[in-house]
Amino acid sequence: MALLEVNDIHTYYGNIHALKGVSFEVDAGEIIALIGSNGAGKTTTLRTISGLMAPREGSVSYDGEEISRTRADLLVSKGISMVPEGRGVFAKLTIEENLDMGAYVRRGGDLKDDLKDAYALFPRLEERRKQFAGTLSGGEQQMLAIARALMSKPRLLLLDEPSMGLAPVLVDGVFETVQRIASEGVTILLVEQNAHMALQIADRGYVLQSGEIAISDTAANLQQNETVQKTYLGID
Amino acid sequence: MFKWKTDEFSWVDFTIDVLRVLIVLAVVVGAWNTLSSGRITLAQWVNLFAAGLSQGSIYALIALGYTLVYGILLMINFAHGEVFMAGAFSTVFLAEALNRTGFLNDQPLLAILLMIMFAGLVSMTVAILLERVAYRPLRGSPRLVPLITAIGASFFLQYAFRGLYGSGFKAYPQVQILQGAISIGGINIPIVQIFVFCSALLLMLCLYWLVERTRIGKAMRAVSENKEVARLMGIDIDFVIMFTFGVGGFLAGSAGVINGVFRPQGVNFFMGFIPGIKAFTAAVLGGIGNIPGAMLGGLFLGVIEAIGPNLVLAGLGIPGANQLKDVIAFTMLVLVLIFRPQGILGERLSEKKA
Ligand SMILES: Nc1ncnc2c1ncn2[C@@H]1O[C@H](COP(=O)(O)OP(=O)(O)OP(=O)(O)O)[C@@H](O)[C@H]1O
Ligand SMILES: [Mg+2]
Repeated sequence: MALLEVNDIHTYYGNIHALKGVSFEVDAGEIIALIGSNGAGKTTTLRTISGLMAPREGSVSYDGEEISRTRADLLVSKGISMVPEGRGVFAKLTIEENLDMGAYVRRGGDLKDDLKDAYALFPRLEERRKQFAGTLSGGEQQMLAIARALMSKPRLLLLDEPSMGLAPVLVDGVFETVQRIASEGVTILLVEQNAHMALQIADRGYVLQSGEIAISDTAANLQQNETVQKTYLGID
Repeated sequence: MFKWKTDEFSWVDFTIDVLRVLIVLAVVVGAWNTLSSGRITLAQWVNLFAAGLSQGSIYALIALGYTLVYGILLMINFAHGEVFMAGAFSTVFLAEALNRTGFLNDQPLLAILLMIMFAGLVSMTVAILLERVAYRPLRGSPRLVPLITAIGASFFLQYAFRGLYGSGFKAYPQVQILQGAISIGGINIPIVQIFVFCSALLLMLCLYWLVERTRIGKAMRAVSENKEVARLMGIDIDFVIMFTFGVGGFLAGSAGVINGVFRPQGVNFFMGFIPGIKAFTAAVLGGIGNIPGAMLGGLFLGVIEAIGPNLVLAGLGIPGANQLKDVIAFTMLVLVLIFRPQGILGERLSEKKA
């Protein structure tokens, strides 16, 4: 049984039919890439899984449990964590307070070791722990957003365009980090426009087109796929 | 929005500038006349200032409720004056009972602490019910809707408490230990004023600690900044909003008791109206949504109210200046809204919240 099964979901913004029957699955331990162009519905898919939106039809099952009507805050304690599009750090909280908020569901737990882990992953953050997150650079904010999402000790990490707006040197770093997180046993669903990098680290991938899954295959095959090459990898 | 401005000249800006000059002129002339006449001694000024600080610290406690709720929901809870009334009015009966048994004067501090806890809990309950029943169902509706509801809720609470306790005026019993004054550098300061100021300060320090240091306080700040991301952290934002109303309510209730100790008279179902508006003014003065701003705004308003009429209005030859306190407060509100809508410490109103 897959860790996450998305089954024919239809999600709307008012009358706008954003997801028109999306189905896919993610097995425990995998890195899955979800690629697609602007407005394809990638963010909407992640928002539906994380509980920020409810699908009008279809189901989402996580660890065998139907979760498509479960509130986002309750899903965090079940082990689903999301790095939202545009990072969403709390600008007026310090770095460390942001990390504390990431661990909000682990009340009573000892966070010292986890803070240490977060700082080991991103030493830059430790130097700035008492600084307001709003003063960080874009790349540092992305690090913080990822570190914060890990503080809840998730089993499934949803990442929405972590490389967006970053300088090319930083992009490599982000993907390396994602691989490292996966190697520690966290299952990853990675939404990216940077299909090239995403497919390099992913096991399998799905291509989303106007609210529907157009192609699904292993990452290696997708890299060879003609349509994918033309549309998403810029290869003619 | 209308654009009144043209490149060369703007009548609005011009009028505001003229107003500015006139106000500064009036303040300077009034103050000069008063000071040069020497009608009021230094000791009297100090007394006015101290009385203003005490009154201001009560405004500050109430103002915090407006600002906390605004910070998290961008909504002005205009029924907050009634939240204050609920605690103050209910606790007058407890105070009378404590007075009859003699406990109030045997153990004054313990008795007052008990009263503060009781009033705090009553106001907290009212604030939480208000949020749950009146505001939560309207979340996400246009901003005018909860505003109108707040006015309705205000009347509802006033008449509910009138029905409960009657329409007569009651008074808090005197606390003997707080009568009299102590002399500081030859100036007599009433003990009750020192007590009022210190207890309000203590409560504000507690709030500061709560908001800055605790898990729920950080969650309050996180929710105020971004509700969606807060949910992704696993924060139950409905709970945090309820908690925020509760904290604001608790502070208002405790302000009710402190106010009763400071000014025992005038407890009835309508008592929340004026302090409510004054505290709202204080919150706007300090920058609504800004916690230190509400504290400063409250103290500032209290002091201006105490000193302003004597210093400026009397100096301008306006008779009965001391009766014009309320005018000062509301003039301040209008002036702040014209000249500095973001308040003393705030920048946010103009930025994204307006
Ligand atoms: N808040 C909203 N209100 C109305 N329509 C929306 C809203 N958000 C997204 N949509 C629409 O839903 C569709 C899917 O949007 P979504 O944000 O999921 O795309 P995406 O694949 O994440 O795009 P991008 O790569 O630009 O982030 C788009 O057609 C978009 O216009
Ligand atoms: Mg998107």
